[in-house]
Amino acid sequence: MGQKRYSAFAIAREAMRQHTGWDRAWAKPTPKKKYDVVIVGAGGHGLATAYYLGKNFGITNVAIIEKGWLGGGNTGRNTTIIRSNYLQDPSAALYEKARSLYETMSQDLNYNVMFSPRGVIMLAQTQHEIRGYQRTAHANSLQGVQTEWISPQRVKELVPIMNIDGPRYPVLGGLWQARGGTARHDAVAWGYARACSDMGMDVIQKCEVTGVRTTAGKVTGVDTTKGAIDCDKLGMVVAGHSSVLAEMAGFRLPMESVALQALVSEPIKPCMDVVVMANTVHGYLSQSDKGEMVIGGGTDGYNNYTQRGSFHHIEETVRALVETFPMIARLKMLRQWGGIVDVTGDRSPILSKTPVDGVFVNCGWGTGGFKAIPGSGWAMAELMAKGQSPLTEEFNMFRFREGKFIDESVAAGVAH
Amino acid sequence: MLVLHCPYCGVDVDETDLHGGGEAHLTRHGPGSSDDEFHDYLFQRANPKGVHFERWRHVYGCGKYFHAARCTMTLEVFGTYSAQTLEPPQEIKDAIMAKRPDWTGGAKS
Repeated sequence: MGQKRYSAFAIAREAMRQHTGWDRAWAKPTPKKKYDVVIVGAGGHGLATAYYLGKNFGITNVAIIEKGWLGGGNTGRNTTIIRSNYLQDPSAALYEKARSLYETMSQDLNYNVMFSPRGVIMLAQTQHEIRGYQRTAHANSLQGVQTEWISPQRVKELVPIMNIDGPRYPVLGGLWQARGGTARHDAVAWGYARACSDMGMDVIQKCEVTGVRTTAGKVTGVDTTKGAIDCDKLGMVVAGHSSVLAEMAGFRLPMESVALQALVSEPIKPCMDVVVMANTVHGYLSQSDKGEMVIGGGTDGYNNYTQRGSFHHIEETVRALVETFPMIARLKMLRQWGGIVDVTGDRSPILSKTPVDGVFVNCGWGTGGFKAIPGSGWAMAELMAKGQSPLTEEFNMFRFREGKFIDESVAAGVAH
Repeated sequence: MLVLHCPYCGVDVDETDLHGGGEAHLTRHGPGSSDDEFHDYLFQRANPKGVHFERWRHVYGCGKYFHAARCTMTLEVFGTYSAQTLEPPQEIKDAIMAKRPDWTGGAKS
């Protein structure tokens, strides 16, 4: 507690004394016997949940347990795109909440998350997409999300390196969200972790949950590789491993885990200052501050827990993007990686109570969780503290039984 | 690249010639079933971290569905077999038991 604030003045002060005065950003605690709330998973969503439990509801007797290192899962593996141009009202509300929280996150956390609202274009390359995105633009204007349908010429102005007259998939227009963009993904996890630690919460890394203990249908604690930890409420925020954890608690989740890959090119001079998503050909592209072209594609078509994907998916993604961006054809790939994403039947997340009393689940973000981190944490904290939240109501895990889908797989395509 | 043996064509097939069809051996519920059964049939999946039985379609070959037993943690393939069966054949179970002695026989590892 009592973290020194980060500021330009602090940098100048530390520069004068060989940087000897910096505190640890977060503590390395040993687990206590009992907490009010245990969150499993110290990725963006888990840490954000803990942060808003403390900030909005004053619940600070919280442990965040992580089997690896914090932010080492999908939080550190995504393509950092932030947008909220969704079709369905519940999604737009949740993702727009998240996007708006990103606007002030650096100030709120006193940690530079490098939010860059550089704008996101979703390209329309078929007649179907034109209709789809125009419909989304209308829906967004009713939802209060600022998006705009733009012409191919405007796309070309925004992205001069794009070939809009491609032979297979010419650019027919785009859905433009000017306040979408990117952020530094690791910093989001680090910023939340520092703020949580500062509030007195315990961020416990390298501690794997091996069992969930329940008595008479209510959660009493978890077994971990660092011993048993009691809790009143348990939040499962573990993305691709949600099915495994749910099974420990004795219920099942309607989802499957698949690999999603991304890659970056060698760094080049600035050539594109917006994010471009091309859903028809399954590719999205942006340029990082280091100059690398950041490229993401679609998921592999089979269940997988290995954080490795198939090479031919990378090939397909790059092939499609080279057609739209001919100048990247000669770039070398610098590195490639995969993460395990949890995909539900309607491609929308699950933020929900569960059949076990006191256990809450936040998962199913599939291929698009990073953009939602602050909104997801905000809503999940409210759900855990009050038992309900207007933002999570429609995202309950029982919606599949009722047939009340939040059907974004059609609206947003694969690049979710 | 995942390589699976198509039991109909009798050849080893690259993943690019195949299309994944999800979990195998689901009980197909329809009219007359309960809501829970129908929900489970449509949406509930084993999603195990370990041995997984799944359907694959040899799209650029015979066009038929076959089944595979595969480990989702190592991507190791234990074997493939005809889809004309309600449960994995004994030799597939034996192949799994040989490499995963503590496998309990269900979809879960």
